[in-house]
Amino acid sequence: MQKYLVRRFLLALVTLLSVSLIIFIMSRVSGDPRHIYLDDYSTQEDWDRMGVVLGLDKPYYQQYGIFLKGAVRGDFGISVREARPVTEVVLERAPATLMLGGVAFTFSLLVGVPLGILSAVKRGTMLDWFGKIVALIGQSAPPFWMGIMLMFFFAVKLGMVPPYGKQEWNSIILPAVTLGWYYAAANLRLVRSAMLDVLDSEYIKLARAKGVNSRTIILKHAFRNALIPPLTFAGVTIGALVTGSLVVETVFAWPGLGRLAIEALFAFDYPLLQGVVITFTLLYVTAAFLVDVLYAYIDPRIRYA
Amino acid sequence: MAADLSGIVIAPPTRRQKAAGIYRQFKRLPMLPVFILSLVVIAGVFAPLLAPHDPEKGELRERNIPPAWSNGTQAVKIVVQRLSINERTTSVTLSDAQKIDPNIQLGDQIEVYTRPAGSTKFLLGTDHLGRDVLSRVIYGARISLIVSIVTLAVGGTIGVTMGLMAGWYGGIVDEVLMRLVDIKLAIPLILIALVLVITLGQSLWIIVTVLCLFIWPRFARQVRGEVLQLKHMDYVALAKVSGASTARILFIHIFPGTINTLIVVATLQVGIVILLESTLSFLGAGVPPPTPAWGSMIADGRDKLAGGVWWISTFPGIAIMLTVMSLNLFGDWLRDTLDPRLRQLE
Repeated sequence: MQKYLVRRFLLALVTLLSVSLIIFIMSRVSGDPRHIYLDDYSTQEDWDRMGVVLGLDKPYYQQYGIFLKGAVRGDFGISVREARPVTEVVLERAPATLMLGGVAFTFSLLVGVPLGILSAVKRGTMLDWFGKIVALIGQSAPPFWMGIMLMFFFAVKLGMVPPYGKQEWNSIILPAVTLGWYYAAANLRLVRSAMLDVLDSEYIKLARAKGVNSRTIILKHAFRNALIPPLTFAGVTIGALVTGSLVVETVFAWPGLGRLAIEALFAFDYPLLQGVVITFTLLYVTAAFLVDVLYAYIDPRIRYA
Repeated sequence: MAADLSGIVIAPPTRRQKAAGIYRQFKRLPMLPVFILSLVVIAGVFAPLLAPHDPEKGELRERNIPPAWSNGTQAVKIVVQRLSINERTTSVTLSDAQKIDPNIQLGDQIEVYTRPAGSTKFLLGTDHLGRDVLSRVIYGARISLIVSIVTLAVGGTIGVTMGLMAGWYGGIVDEVLMRLVDIKLAIPLILIALVLVITLGQSLWIIVTVLCLFIWPRFARQVRGEVLQLKHMDYVALAKVSGASTARILFIHIFPGTINTLIVVATLQVGIVILLESTLSFLGAGVPPPTPAWGSMIADGRDKLAGGVWWISTFPGIAIMLTVMSLNLFGDWLRDTLDPRLRQLE
């Protein structure tokens, strides 16, 4: 168990390091940041001085070293656009994304898991078909389009919720549903197929033969074992929710990290962009690690593998 | 005691029986998805013949025309000499009104179309630049088709090769490749794509590159798993004994065993590729305009929705949804038919 966790932890570190290297290379390949900081009236002297300030006079490997050293201490430099520390800007925006991601994740579980169980138990009924349609739409419609359509109907036509922004408490409904639907669909399918497998197993038949009532069978015997595939998927989900937030936050003008990344990108604000990408990766890696821990806890076979 | 079966000869199936078998398989095809997918392929291949208008050129005079079945909206407006901003919805200028009827005087009340009725000239209406939405949807299929095919060919080949090697050599090669897969999952690839587009400019090739980066791990993982099973097969051992090279064993002996799985993975991946491509196009990192891509069409119509112009965004979205849905359904069917072991594939 410990060995497994240590291994997963080291792997998370390797992932984080690789992503930092990739984003560092990308920001260097994309051009000298001094072109953005300085205008046509700057002199060669300004140019050189700026280079010293930004550390661009040093060789690349040293620059990366400095970048890493800062990153470990939570220092990603100064944002060009905002003229204040990147960390400050990121921390300011992070809660909105975490909230949106959290609500969307909860939504995907609350819709996906019960519907998945019911679809499996009441296989072939209207309910199963309803579940199938929900899943199909969720997995086939592009989230940004879904967002726009939901916005058109519920905000513009019916005026039930605000179309965008984060001012009111119900602003979060549309973005969260948009973001969560895809994963609700995935969870539904996973739970349904896992449930079908489990319901077919010997120990369920034995429980039935012993006369255990069917609610207990479904909730105690079957559901727990059907939880493993969606749990595996949860690690991927949390990571993808982060990427999904890019699109959904853009559509709904939600002031989170996703939108911040897009803003930083179009303002050529590379320090900020680096900070956001590393934060995204950190979120993903942490979530994946937690899922691994949980996974080992639930499925004993993994601990000894 | 076992029955004596030595006298029984099992006849090989006749040609008619074979045909019946094929027909039975065919009958089980999921008709609707296959139909929709054929439509998309036909639209993509024969776009210039099918599209009623030029997808990239439009008359500004014919902008924002609704789909053919919708009625125009009319409103009574007062004719005034000059419009001030807050009168724009209730009044119309004399010079504009006289274009309709020269006898109109100042102060008259006239009925005008605030939005024209749809016409059969533009079945799905026109966008904000007067371009035919139907033609653009048809041409959009072409972009999706090209992107999917190229991405699958390149990304699939990379993924399969990586998977074959990881599964065959195991050890450090396997470890490195699988860590690459982990890293890929952790990177917001859409952001990387946007960075590339901003620094290098929009082009089809950047999208394809990014999408290849996105899909190869799926293939690699699947093939690796298959190789791990297949490499202990007797026929592989025999090939090794008879002196076949590693490359030969991998590509001639093992690879064919993975094809069923690959077909299923590929079908399901095309749906993901189309979704991603449209997402990139939507965010402005897709095929450069004015080339019609479904994603960028949705982006075009996005800020017109509040004004009631819903058709620009809706139809390309439906096209994406139906295509991806069909691919998913078809993929599910293929999986159940070719390789039921894959049932838990997400």
